[in-house]
Amino acid sequence: MRTYPPRGGTRGKQVITLAPEAGKHKVMTSGNLAFAEAMRQINPDVAAAYPITPSTEIPVRFAEFVANGEVDTEYVAVESEHSAITACVGASVAGARVMTASSANGVALMHEIFPIAAAFRAPIVFGLVNRSLGAPVNIHCDHSDSMPERDSGWVQIYCEDAQEVYDTALLAVRLAEHEDVLTPVFVCQDGFITSHCHEAVEFLGDSAAKAFVGERAARYPLLDVENPVSYGSFVPSEYYFEIKRNQLEGMNNVPRVYEALSRELSALTGREYPMLESYRADDAEYLIVVMSSAAGVVKDVTDELRERGVKAGCLRVRCFRPFPADALRLASRGKKAVAVLDRSAGIGGTAPLAAEVKSALYDMDERPAVREYIFGLGGRDFYPSDARGVFERLMSDRDKPGARFIGLIEGENEDDGR
Amino acid sequence: MSSSAKPKCWRDTPHATITWGGGAREVRTGLWRSMRPTLDADKCVSCLRCWLQCPDDSILTDEDAKVRGIDLFFCKGCGVCERLCPTRAISMHPEADFEDISAEGRNPGEAGDYIGS
Amino acid sequence: MTGVNINIKELTRKKSPLTAGHRMCPGCGAPSAFRQAFMGVDDPVVIVGATGCFEVSTTVYPFSAWNAPFMHTAFENAGAAVSGLCAAYKALRRKGLANERIKFAAFGGDGGTYDIGLQALSGALERGHDFTYICYNNQGYMNTGAQRSGATPRHASATTSPAGSVIPGKLERPKNLTEIAAAHNIPYVAQTTLHDPMDLIRKVKRAVETPGSAFVNILTPCPLFWKIDPADQVTICKLAADSKFWPVYEVCDGKYSISYTPKNPVPVEAFLRAQGRYAHLFQNNGEHEALIAQAQSEAEEEWEKLRRRERETA
Repeated sequence: MRTYPPRGGTRGKQVITLAPEAGKHKVMTSGNLAFAEAMRQINPDVAAAYPITPSTEIPVRFAEFVANGEVDTEYVAVESEHSAITACVGASVAGARVMTASSANGVALMHEIFPIAAAFRAPIVFGLVNRSLGAPVNIHCDHSDSMPERDSGWVQIYCEDAQEVYDTALLAVRLAEHEDVLTPVFVCQDGFITSHCHEAVEFLGDSAAKAFVGERAARYPLLDVENPVSYGSFVPSEYYFEIKRNQLEGMNNVPRVYEALSRELSALTGREYPMLESYRADDAEYLIVVMSSAAGVVKDVTDELRERGVKAGCLRVRCFRPFPADALRLASRGKKAVAVLDRSAGIGGTAPLAAEVKSALYDMDERPAVREYIFGLGGRDFYPSDARGVFERLMSDRDKPGARFIGLIEGENEDDGR
Repeated sequence: MSSSAKPKCWRDTPHATITWGGGAREVRTGLWRSMRPTLDADKCVSCLRCWLQCPDDSILTDEDAKVRGIDLFFCKGCGVCERLCPTRAISMHPEADFEDISAEGRNPGEAGDYIGS
Repeated sequence: MTGVNINIKELTRKKSPLTAGHRMCPGCGAPSAFRQAFMGVDDPVVIVGATGCFEVSTTVYPFSAWNAPFMHTAFENAGAAVSGLCAAYKALRRKGLANERIKFAAFGGDGGTYDIGLQALSGALERGHDFTYICYNNQGYMNTGAQRSGATPRHASATTSPAGSVIPGKLERPKNLTEIAAAHNIPYVAQTTLHDPMDLIRKVKRAVETPGSAFVNILTPCPLFWKIDPADQVTICKLAADSKFWPVYEVCDGKYSISYTPKNPVPVEAFLRAQGRYAHLFQNNGEHEALIAQAQSEAEEEWEKLRRRERETA
């Protein structure tokens, strides 16, 4: 799967030409190592992490930085993921800048604590390397680990490639810590596909990266013994609802803050990432909505179809939480049909991305048809032929509503039903 | 702003689930009592055993560490002080035997405590 | 314990991190234990609490009984939460952003420490963060109505191991968490109860002042579920210590020393008889005499083990 076409350039991404900056350099690296490099530059106060495939490289590479004195971070080699996220919350509430990483069942083990981190407004930045949730146990990519966390109160950003992982890690620190947001952020990337494959990534120089992330200014830090506060009280019903609503406002403020920070970062990097990336979608008739690395395949096939005169287009949802419903609605106006590709199943209901898309489009006066597809579970590869097949099904309008599978070995005629 | 005041809008609630330290001192746990300790100052030798043990920090002492009385705002009437007192200076009596003092303080959970305020 | 001079009068002038106005039951052992625990601590403390009676009842929003910075996250992770705080303190101190000397304390009931919280505690002790963990041990999951825990003594009636017509309460022997903590080779471990305030004050003082990890296991009665008169809070703890049911000792850098040897030891039966949670042992015409005898012999066995360790590490 290629993320950079032979023609070169950053396809689908706005490019700004800049003067060369000292320290900026391009290396062949992977998504994991790019995230670790961002961590090194950010130099968080505390990192508490536990290994799990395929994110293990992040705490391991970072531990090397610690051992070699390249960072000042207090590294807590915790004894489980639940303790990892808890230690991160403790450190964050104390006023420290905190980062960590995990995947799959490790993320699941942290599940209890995620809403607590969000309610405590702890601006933790988390490298979530997507891997299928067991059972059965599988180490490859799908989104079944991050989707159960969509209501945790955390921001979720899905990166298509290693470059985006690096850029997003820097952005996430500022976004999470912004006083109008104060919400922890998942920086997601596809396990093995993005995390381990090597590609060209441009890093900012250390001083530019550090200047961008700046220093954290914590509110009500727990180390302020002069002004003691209590976090995590037992809250009766007379008080709970307002406290929760107050928390939600942080998420509501993300789009505005994201836009401003994104512009600030792109002035340094020359790359810009909207919450919803639109690839040749303006005048398209048929759209595929997809997240993460599979978008690269879809964009390839979009180009191919365009060459043949088919008005294909792709919408890549980069920010899943908060969901860019307005942008999606706008981009879907006048389209004949939209296919949504989910890399996780909605067992007993609608798959997560499809549910968001349909919900976003519901109130339109004229809605395009929406067709739902589940693909890539357990790391099942997604080929150009798969993407082509989806466009063909949209164009032939042969599918009735209801989810179908792409790339699954099925019996004859099974594909016509649910 | 008192941390226990009802917010006019969700925007007024303190950030991140916090509440300010020591707010419990508004809560009149003395309302829980069914037995009340009394102190016979003549018998008391200020050994401070009661002060050391009181679960509710309701033994009042002065700057010379002399026991001065019971903090009836908080005292729950558990009777640990009476049991410990070596000189029988403290004795427990039914709360109903006493006239009530004042109605200050909060009793969260009591009907009307929060809804009306 | 030698060498530590504590002036009780001066203690009355100290401001405690724990205020009155909390919602613990009348006579509960936990707030007495924690009031005493903080009496010997001179530096400001930051406190982490695991879910349980003490945490819930001291932080009923918005009436917090903590005059010190306090955090509660969840039930099983006080050890991990305090680890994060300690790491942040070190990091921020290096940057010059946290200059005061601050001490860190984490607490949990026996539920949040022996059972669901054991992993996080063990990890924190193994990593050796500079903090003190205080377990207030009332031998059951009291906040949810007295279910059995790994600390519940044999033959006690608990609501998930009730004394019935066929099964006489909890059948399993409790684990020895104080020894588990000592096995982590941390510099200070102690076990005490409410039999003697000076003992508790000194032990926690030493725990907090010892660099590195420290663990203190305090037997604290729950009058409601032990089924005793709340006023007997101290009496029952004295029986626990005097019967050797609950030895009072400390382990300083691996050296064991028993802090309290009862001059006039009483049979364990006296401790059991004083509580309603053992009432079934004394009914039915001596049907359960063997169980009482077993409790006695197990207490003596544990005591002998301790004395052996004391000799071996002298």
